[in-house]
Amino acid sequence: MSQQQLRQAVESGVPDAFQYMHPLMASNYGQWDWHDRPRPGVLHHVAKNGDQIWTVRAGTQRQMDTDTIRKLCAIADEFAEGHVRFTIRSNIEFMVSSAEKVDPLIGKLNQEGFPVGGTGNSMSMIAHTQGFLHCDIPATDASGVVKSLMDELYDEFVNERMPNRVRISTSCCQINCGGQADIAINVQHTKPPKINHDLVANVCERPSVVARCPVAAIRPALVNGKPSLEVDERKCVCCGACYPPCPPMQINDPEHSKLAIWIGGKNSNARSKPTFQKLVAAGLPNNPPRWPEVAALVKKILRCYQEDARDWERVGEWVERIGWARFFELTDLPFTRFHVETWRGARNSLNASSHIRF
Amino acid sequence: MAKQHDTPNLDQLESGPWPSFVTGLKRLAERSDMIGDVLGQLEYSYQTRKGYWKGGTVSVRGYGGGIIPRFSEVTEKFPDAAEFHTLRVMPAPGMHYNTNILRKLCDVWDRNGSGLLALHGQSGDMMFQGARSDQVQQAFDEINELGFDLGGAGPSVRTSMSCVGAARCEHSCYSEAVAHRKVMNSFVDDLHRPALPYKFKFKFSGCPNDCMNSIQRADMAVIGTWRDDIQVKQEEVGEFIKAKGRQYVIDNVVARCPTSCISLRDDDTLDIDNRNCVRCMHCINVMTKALSPGNDRGVTILVGGKRTLKIGDLFGSVIVPFKKLETEEDYDSLVELAGTIIDFWGENGLEHERCGEMIDRIGLANFLEAIGLEVDPSMVVHPRTSSYVRTDRWEEEAEKWRMRHAESTG
Repeated sequence: MSQQQLRQAVESGVPDAFQYMHPLMASNYGQWDWHDRPRPGVLHHVAKNGDQIWTVRAGTQRQMDTDTIRKLCAIADEFAEGHVRFTIRSNIEFMVSSAEKVDPLIGKLNQEGFPVGGTGNSMSMIAHTQGFLHCDIPATDASGVVKSLMDELYDEFVNERMPNRVRISTSCCQINCGGQADIAINVQHTKPPKINHDLVANVCERPSVVARCPVAAIRPALVNGKPSLEVDERKCVCCGACYPPCPPMQINDPEHSKLAIWIGGKNSNARSKPTFQKLVAAGLPNNPPRWPEVAALVKKILRCYQEDARDWERVGEWVERIGWARFFELTDLPFTRFHVETWRGARNSLNASSHIRF
Repeated sequence: MAKQHDTPNLDQLESGPWPSFVTGLKRLAERSDMIGDVLGQLEYSYQTRKGYWKGGTVSVRGYGGGIIPRFSEVTEKFPDAAEFHTLRVMPAPGMHYNTNILRKLCDVWDRNGSGLLALHGQSGDMMFQGARSDQVQQAFDEINELGFDLGGAGPSVRTSMSCVGAARCEHSCYSEAVAHRKVMNSFVDDLHRPALPYKFKFKFSGCPNDCMNSIQRADMAVIGTWRDDIQVKQEEVGEFIKAKGRQYVIDNVVARCPTSCISLRDDDTLDIDNRNCVRCMHCINVMTKALSPGNDRGVTILVGGKRTLKIGDLFGSVIVPFKKLETEEDYDSLVELAGTIIDFWGENGLEHERCGEMIDRIGLANFLEAIGLEVDPSMVVHPRTSSYVRTDRWEEEAEKWRMRHAESTG
C-alpha cells in the first residue's frame, strides 16, 4: 500500500447553530415576545417586531433508518421551509412562517405515519435508552418498551388533556440513563450477580470493582485456587453496579430482573422545587415484545392522575397534595416495607409529624 | 443479498399507531447484512431476555473517546453483527438542522455504516449506530469534513445539551447556543481524551423551567434567570381574565405562586411582590402573553447533579446565584469557572466519583473555598441544624462577610 497522508481530525467541537436555524429564528434570536398553542402539536411564537413562526411537533421512532430521515427531509422541503430541529425527547419540529402551511403539513405528517402532538399538557415521547439493540449491560429492551407504550398512550400524545405535562422515561438497567420523570419505568434486579470465577481474574480490575459497590458487599477472594471476587449476599442490594466493570459478574437474569415503576420526578422549577421520583411498584415481569403488565399499570396511574389532579399539578405535586396513603388507595397498589427508604438520608422521608389524612 | 431471520417478537412491534423502529430496521436489512443479523440478535434477545453485546476499544486517530464499541457475543449465530459500533456526534446547540446537512449526514452513513441513526441519544449526541471497526475512521473523517465532531464517552467531558432558547422562546434569559458552544469548545481536549475521574456534563437551560433537565443530570447546570421585576402587561392580564375567568386566575396563578407574592387587584390587574419572587416561572408559563421575565437577565449556576451510581441521585445545587452572561468577559469567566471546577475535581475526585459525590464527601464550604467562591445564603435551604461543628474561627469568617457586604454596598 502506498504511503497515504493520514487525515488529521479537525477538533471543531460543537458546530455553530446559526447556520442551521430557520431564518426567522436566526433573525429574531432573543427577540421573541409571547407564544400560544393553537392546537395540540402546534406552537405559535410572536416576536417583538411582529414576526410570527409556527412550529409543528411530531413524534418519531428515534432509532431511524436513513430512508425515514430522508422522508422527513422531503416533508420539510415540500410542506415546511427546509429547516427542522429535534427536541430532547426525540420529537421533530418543523417551522413555518405562515399559518396556512400548518394544516397541510400536519396532513402530510399524519399520512406518513408521524403523530403530531407532544406539546403543552400532553404526554410527550418517552425518553429512552439503548436496551438490547446496542447496550452492553441491558436487562431489557428500550425501543420496544417505548414503541409498545406509545402505541397504548398514543391518544395522550396527540391530545392535551392531562392536568399538566407528563414526562415518562425508561431505563434498561439500574444505572437509569433514562433519567428522572413523572413516571419512570426502570429495571430492578432482584438477585445478586452470578459470578463466573474462571473469568474474573483475567477480565476484571478487581480493586476498582470492589470500590464500585455502593454497599461494600464485594471482597477479593481465592476461588478454586484462582483470584476472584465474592459477594456478601446479605449485604448485596442487587444494583448491578459491579457488572459493567466486571462482566463475569452477571446481574441480568431473564426471570429475576424485574421492572419497577417510579413516579413524581420533576426537573422544572415551576411552582415547587425539582423532585426525585419515588418507588411505587416493583416486581413487574420483563415481558417482551409488548410488556403488557407495565403498560396496564402506567395507564392506571395516568388515569388516576387525570381524574384527580388539578390543573397545572404535575404527578408528584398531585400526590404531594393528596398524600401517599391516598395514592396507594386510588391506584390499588400494595404499600410494602420496600417503599420505606433505607438509603442515606432515609429519616428525611419519614413522617415526623402528626399530619395524617383519614 | 437480504439477510433474513424469523422475528416473530419484533414483528409484533410493527403494528400500532406509533412509528416503528422495527420497520426501519427491516428496510435497512434489505441492503445491510449487518442489520439483518442485528435484527436476528435483537429477536434472540427478546426470546431469551438477555443482551448480547460487549464493549471493547475502538477509536479514531488522535482521539480516545467518542466511539461506543460493540462486539456481538453470539457471532456463531449472527456473524455479520460481529461489530456494531456507534459514533457519538455532537449536533449544533438546540439540535437545529437544514435538510441539506441532514441528507449529507445520511449519505455519509449509507456509504460508511449501517444507515441506522438515532436522533438523539440521552446524552444529546447524534448516534450513528452500526459501523464495523474498519469503517469507523472513514465515517468519522467524512462526518468531520461536514463540520461535525465526535462527542464524549468514558471518563471525560461529555456532549452537552441546550434548549431551543433564544432562537424561539420568549422565556430565554441568555444566549444558550453561544454559551453552550463557548464552554464546550473550550474543553475539546477533555472531551476527546478521557482522563478525568469520571464523566462531566454541562447542560444549558434558558430559564428555570429547565427543559434540559440540567439540575438532575448535569455536573454543571447553567440556568437562565433574572434579577429585576417580572414584566407585566396589565391590559393583557385583563384580556386573559376575560377569556379564562377570574377564578381561573385565582386558582391557577395567584394560589399556585410558591411564595405567595402575587395578588389580583379588584380592577383585574396583577400585583407582584418581586422581592419575594423566586423566579419559578409558573405564572409566566400560564400567562404567556401578559407576563415575561424581567430585563436584567443572566444565569444561576448549579453544580453536582447526577443519577444513581454510586451514592444515589443528587440534584445540582447553587454555587453562583446570579451571573450576567452578555459580554466576552462574562463568557470567559464562565469558562474559567468551569475549568477551575474540572481541574480541582480532576485532582481530588476519586476514580469513578462524580463531581457532586466529591462535594458530598468534602463538603460544599471546602469545595467553594477550593474554587475561590464565597458562601452565600442562596446556596442552602436552611443553615445547619447540628451543633457538632467547630466554630473557633467565627469572627474571622464573619468579618469576611462584612467586608464583602461593605464592598457590594460601598
